[in-house]
Amino acid sequence: MQVTVLLFASVAERVGARKLELQLEPGDSVATVRDRLVERFPQLRECIPTLLYALDENYVKDSSPVSDGATLALIPPVSGG
Amino acid sequence: MLIRVTSEVLRTEDAVAAVESPAAGAINVFLGVVRNNNLGRTVRFLEYDAYPAMAEKVMRDIAIEAQARFELEDCAVLHRTGRLEIGETSLLIAVSCGHRAASFEGGHWLVNEIKKRVPVWKKEVWDDGEAWIEGPESLGIQQAPASMR
Repeated sequence: MQVTVLLFASVAERVGARKLELQLEPGDSVATVRDRLVERFPQLRECIPTLLYALDENYVKDSSPVSDGATLALIPPVSGG
Repeated sequence: MLIRVTSEVLRTEDAVAAVESPAAGAINVFLGVVRNNNLGRTVRFLEYDAYPAMAEKVMRDIAIEAQARFELEDCAVLHRTGRLEIGETSLLIAVSCGHRAASFEGGHWLVNEIKKRVPVWKKEVWDDGEAWIEGPESLGIQQAPASMR
């Protein structure tokens, strides 16, 4: 059971990586995966209030379940244009 | 419909050609270009990051919605990534439709929606530092507690 986590922009710089592979535990949601990431990378904590999440390229709520093999993207406030 | 996230230079004529239609009485083109200043600071250049696959998907969703809302004949939405110098085009939108009013409204609506939810980010590089910009219109900022906006 594994999830691929994609990191972008300020979040990628804070962690020093653009992609991580994490082991999933039964019943994991976006929020529980996120909490485990914050434990490992405390520098992410202050990003959380403005962070959005995408599972397999679709925006989801943090209560959404994460399935084996999914790609979870952490989306800091966008600034395109 | 032309939807593209690319590190290549954006060419206005590509977007116009993509939306040309015999039923169109108007083609409206918008260019978002790199400005040399922001909030009182001199900007040297911008660096754009993106989640290209999702950005194209969200841009397509927005374009399809715009087509229905404003009765557009066609839309082109292109966003550039990587390092962009002052004056270069970062966002290129073209819409075609029967009459001019909807072409302006549809184009304006498209830009606003792109700034809310397309996963693209800009970093400003100044003479004395740099920072990732958090768009004030972005959903992430809009959903945050009021004290953080």
